[in-house]
Amino acid sequence: MAKHRGRGVATINYPIGMNLGGDPSQALVHSNPTGKFTVTLSSIDLGQGMKSVTRQICAETLGVPVEDVFVDTADSDTGPHCMGSFASRGTHRVGNAVMMAAREARAVMMEAAAEELEVDPADLETDGRGAIHVKGAPHRSIAVRDVAIAAQFRQGRTIAGRGIFLVPLSDVDAETGEMTPATCYAHACFIVEVEVDDETGDVAVLKMTSAYELGRALNPKLVEQQLVGGSWMGMSHALYETPEPYYPDTREGPRDFNEYLMPGPGDICPHDVAVLERPASDGPFGAKGLGEMCANPVLPAVANAIFNAVGVRVNELPITPEKVLRALKARGGAVPARAR
Amino acid sequence: MFELRKDIFADERDDNLKEIGQPTQRQDMLGHVTGTSTYYDDHRIAGLLHLKVLRSPHAHARIRSIDDAAAARAPGVKRIIRAADVPVNLNTLLSLIQFGKDDEPSLANDIVRYKGEPILGIVATSERAAIEALGLVRVSYDQLPAVFDVEEALKPGAPSVNATYPKNTFEYHGKYDHQKLRYGDVEAGFAQADVVLEERYQMSPIEHAPVETNGSIAVPDTNGRFVVYTSTQALFFSLDTAAKINAVPSNQLHFIGGTVGGGFGGKVDTMTEPLVILAARLTGAPVRYRFSRHEEMQFGAPRGAERIYVKDGVMRDGRIVARKVRAYFDSGAYTRLSSYAVVKCVAHIPGPYTIPNAHADVYCVFTNRTPATAMRGFGVTALDFALECQMDKLAVAIGMDPIEFRILNAYRDGDMKAHRREAKNCALIECAQVAAEKANWPLREQFRRMSSRIGGGADRTAAGVDRSRAPTPAAPARTAAAAPQRVAYERPAPPAPTPPPARGAPPPPPSPPAGSTHGAPRFSSVFGTRRR
Repeated sequence: MAKHRGRGVATINYPIGMNLGGDPSQALVHSNPTGKFTVTLSSIDLGQGMKSVTRQICAETLGVPVEDVFVDTADSDTGPHCMGSFASRGTHRVGNAVMMAAREARAVMMEAAAEELEVDPADLETDGRGAIHVKGAPHRSIAVRDVAIAAQFRQGRTIAGRGIFLVPLSDVDAETGEMTPATCYAHACFIVEVEVDDETGDVAVLKMTSAYELGRALNPKLVEQQLVGGSWMGMSHALYETPEPYYPDTREGPRDFNEYLMPGPGDICPHDVAVLERPASDGPFGAKGLGEMCANPVLPAVANAIFNAVGVRVNELPITPEKVLRALKARGGAVPARAR
Repeated sequence: MFELRKDIFADERDDNLKEIGQPTQRQDMLGHVTGTSTYYDDHRIAGLLHLKVLRSPHAHARIRSIDDAAAARAPGVKRIIRAADVPVNLNTLLSLIQFGKDDEPSLANDIVRYKGEPILGIVATSERAAIEALGLVRVSYDQLPAVFDVEEALKPGAPSVNATYPKNTFEYHGKYDHQKLRYGDVEAGFAQADVVLEERYQMSPIEHAPVETNGSIAVPDTNGRFVVYTSTQALFFSLDTAAKINAVPSNQLHFIGGTVGGGFGGKVDTMTEPLVILAARLTGAPVRYRFSRHEEMQFGAPRGAERIYVKDGVMRDGRIVARKVRAYFDSGAYTRLSSYAVVKCVAHIPGPYTIPNAHADVYCVFTNRTPATAMRGFGVTALDFALECQMDKLAVAIGMDPIEFRILNAYRDGDMKAHRREAKNCALIECAQVAAEKANWPLREQFRRMSSRIGGGADRTAAGVDRSRAPTPAAPARTAAAAPQRVAYERPAPPAPTPPPARGAPPPPPSPPAGSTHGAPRFSSVFGTRRR
């Protein structure tokens, strides 16, 4: 009776947005009379950071500090249509809609500033700190706040913009499955080290190492939050969770968190993450999305690591101690990789 | 530890940005960590009533009679809602995008098709009063044979689960009980292969387990409108579904949400809004309907189970020449979104690899269990589990390192995918190289030198083409990178560990524009300076 270590790997990709497209999202951006901006959406922030990532996209596109932008979501009377927060679509679809709206608002802002400075709008640039100045002549400058006041009270302009992003719906061929499922894909490679107890069948996850490519990390902290949280979820799906433990038999379904097994804080392990950025041609600043895919590679990587550790394959999820023990019994005991 | 590998693909990015790429604190962080963010259930409303539903104790049964007289007289009960009270009782979620037929009632009126299916609703002055009144309802059932296994459900004579789809399968293109993928000739691929491996994989259902269970509150407003506070993941999706079921114009409904306590796909199905709005319309009072944890775990839709058979043909040199998949999505008693996930699954086959012959049949199957729905990785998670376990087994079978095996077969820019679109913007190889380096997993030189940007396309990916043939002179673009792909594979001796190159010391030189870099030396902290 012993504990055996092993490691496993998986590589995956993941499509961004609803399969086949046809899932629009809209955004509105407007300035208040003193140059502070609101992004109005009907998209949902599930905790993934929808409000924050669209806020940064808007600020970058407008050329104003992020503190000067807030995102309002989700009210069906004020927010324009969004298909919803699912299918890893938020950053890509909504982000593009916000960019389009912010570009339109920026164009009006630059025209208003040009009128105040008596120059051509094409000669102006934003400094990202709340001012607009003539290219190459930073002293010929006007604050965004003063532009907004002038636009509202003197020029009669609306510093506002509308945006929509829609990937046209693709057909699916009935005979061959020919289709355009997605316009861009995120990628990952996940390596996990486990320890399998051949007496109890218990699997402990010891270390995770990963590389994720997601177009552009718009906010690296939000990316890290998703990737680390998602890997724990994947680990939990690999080893613990199901509401039907004897599927397809429906008995013994758990009713609460006492009966529904999940890892606890003591089961969490270090995760060493690298992020690569290969921009998508149609992503906002190249961004794709990472919401769903970060959990996916963990499941097979854990299964492969168990094989590497003790020489058994468990093809049914979740890989509970019971299944590991049954497989070990059928195999006649643990056979670590080095002994094969 | 978290690191951004800015050195890789640097020539494809403009990193001269101000706000993008900053680790800015979340807009809602302070509210979340101080417990002051407003979720749907944080609205305190005077005179709030509570809706609970009676759920079927049987997986499949005909309802003979319902006696709710005692419940109607119970203390605190304001209204009983029956199937006949629901204006448009039959619906399917994806009717909003014209996909599928209406197949699911809000309240079952003749047959219950899964344990937990709602039969009637009770609106009362407290949740407790509503639950106690539910205990007074007498329903008499004739139990019917039930089916729980996807392959059993497809056999002749299996109990018919869903009246709209009596053969227990969703209908694709008006004529098939599954979605097909056909690319190349898999049988020719298997005949050519040195090793053929067929395996069965099974994923059980998985609960989303959000901290906040599904729920909503409907409040009568002026002008005949209703304000609806909701936990939905898709505001207009839920609004339009609720408007259809209630047969009211969409602008009678004012949905407010946006801050949700975890969804993971489990808050798309609009399970509470239609009935809570109906309850508010029937009583003229504000009503809340929230799932208990037990309801969320057993009767709120889970990620559906999937059964997947994978058959692969592989050559001793590591090339996968054929992949055949047959998969069954367990949709439960009704369609919800599983029909959509089947097509997404087909699009994902054969995984992120270039395989010249691919074939799939994927079914959406009805069984007598809680309807399944979307969950993080919808249509892909179980398939990735099956394919990546399969990749590991294939690597063992031919004696190849599992990462090198994946790099060899990874899709590259210009490759043709099985759904007949050209791959672009690929990065699987680079992810594998970086992860291997970080984990001190030794890769041999030629695998550390491979690139998603080089060697794809041409006859590498043509359907049915034997890629072991020598390259023709007419294909110069792939010649340079083609050689290492055809390295003959003997069972490798344990590779000598390669010390990772020192990182960070010399800064990368300015990147030349994309497209002009072929053959030019380029610095990479993964590979050091090398010729591409």
